[in-house]
Amino acid sequence: MPLVKSVRAIGHRAVNTVWRVGLATRFLFLTLTHSGMSFRRFGLVVKELFSSGVMSLIIIGVAGMFVGMVLGLQGFETLKRYGSESALGSLVALSLVRELGPVLAALLFASRAGSAMTAEIGLMKATEQIAAMEMMAVSPIARVVAPRFWAGVISMPLLAAIFSAMGVFGGYVVGVVLIGVDEGSFWSQMQATVDFQHDVMNGVLKSFVFGVAVTVIALFEGFDAPPTAEGVSGATTRTVVQSSLAILMLDFILTAFMFRGA
Amino acid sequence: MSALVEIQDVNFSYDQRAILKGINMSFGKGKVIAVMGGSGCGKTTLFRLIGGALKPTRGEIKIDGQVIHELDDKGLYEMRRKMGVLFQFGALFTDMSVFDNVAFQMREHTNLSEELIHDLVMLKLHAVGLRGTHNLMPAELSGGMARRVALARTVALDPMLILYDEPFAGLDPISLTVVGQLIRKLNDALGATSVVVTHDVQESLKIVDYVYFIADGVIVAEGTPDEIRASDKPFVHQFVHGEMDGPIPFHYPGANSYEQDLKVSAYATR
Repeated sequence: MPLVKSVRAIGHRAVNTVWRVGLATRFLFLTLTHSGMSFRRFGLVVKELFSSGVMSLIIIGVAGMFVGMVLGLQGFETLKRYGSESALGSLVALSLVRELGPVLAALLFASRAGSAMTAEIGLMKATEQIAAMEMMAVSPIARVVAPRFWAGVISMPLLAAIFSAMGVFGGYVVGVVLIGVDEGSFWSQMQATVDFQHDVMNGVLKSFVFGVAVTVIALFEGFDAPPTAEGVSGATTRTVVQSSLAILMLDFILTAFMFRGA
Repeated sequence: MSALVEIQDVNFSYDQRAILKGINMSFGKGKVIAVMGGSGCGKTTLFRLIGGALKPTRGEIKIDGQVIHELDDKGLYEMRRKMGVLFQFGALFTDMSVFDNVAFQMREHTNLSEELIHDLVMLKLHAVGLRGTHNLMPAELSGGMARRVALARTVALDPMLILYDEPFAGLDPISLTVVGQLIRKLNDALGATSVVVTHDVQESLKIVDYVYFIADGVIVAEGTPDEIRASDKPFVHQFVHGEMDGPIPFHYPGANSYEQDLKVSAYATR
């Protein structure tokens, strides 16, 4: 009975997904309750900030710059039709600060740092480093997971801000320096339309939420990975796929709450 | 001499599959004990039970008078601070240098100053002959050296009980002898009790005080190395001399006979 089989398979998948969401939530809760050491010994977080945050700077900066440049080009072409090229600064800045900055930076963070976290923890498990830590009476959640979690949560909004800043700079280079939009109106329109509370802070809040989602998924997948080469590679793939989907879904939900009717 | 570890009638099953069936053992203070058996006989499970990573389905394991699976998380962590565990391939933390690996437990569990930790780490590394590697990363060490560094890390806090999971696996003959001798010497120097889970008969018989043989989840033989060497029990004989066939058969039993599988008469396979 192929129909029964496929219904059963769908059901099994659904149950499995709900089960894993539950486990990941419990994992997040455990991480939060084991975070004391991360704050008492902040050096542990700083070390992870370097590997997940600082090491992502180049990809985030370069990507932000190019996205801003494309926005400058496309925006100029569209705005020119309505004779409102002077609004280019607003268009570039609002698109970046509200949407593209947090979302694209988070997607890049998931593939650059998230996958690395999963692979690292998965391999630590496969080579019994996690078990060894446990046998040394040191909680791996407190010592390995929590510092990485807080590093991800702290670096995500900063990376999104850098992405947006580089994007604005890219838009400026293309719009003002290359195409010749008036510099004064580019900056003054931007200043007039971008609201700190409504636009910038909401963008920061988004990237904070994405930071939590990406790091929890990455760490959970790594911690839960079967201790084999195949298991770790599968977990790394799942991290990128699930974090990307989570970012896009959460973005829609957050946008709906933040900017409806505005 | 009083026993540090008492294992009484321990049974353990994964799902419905029985791994250990009624194991009784006693590890005296200051002794080095080997637990031997073929692959998949339940050695590693026993090891995890002693470490408190698994709970027995029946029976109890007492370490220093305390039943290990009745301890809460805090109690278990307290107990583990008094234990050292050497994992099969060392399990060194790959993101830390040799020095930081050995210093790990000192930094996590004590308030010693960095100067004192430095001296202690150097002493431990000196004991395993690898003081010169303290700046190297684990990836820069050979398999034998990594095992010795892991040994230095295992004894970092002078444990009372040291567990070794296959300490001889994958080592060249020189490293094998070095690791074997270190296990004995460190145990005697610390006055600890060591449990070596292994299937390396020749190497372990040189260094241990007592041997348990496990097969199919039960103890099939036990005794001092001399008794084991002289044993005429078929299982022990097969194991010690590495014979292909014996109580542990060469052929994995199948549902059909050889002739049935080949679809020929019994005469043809003779």
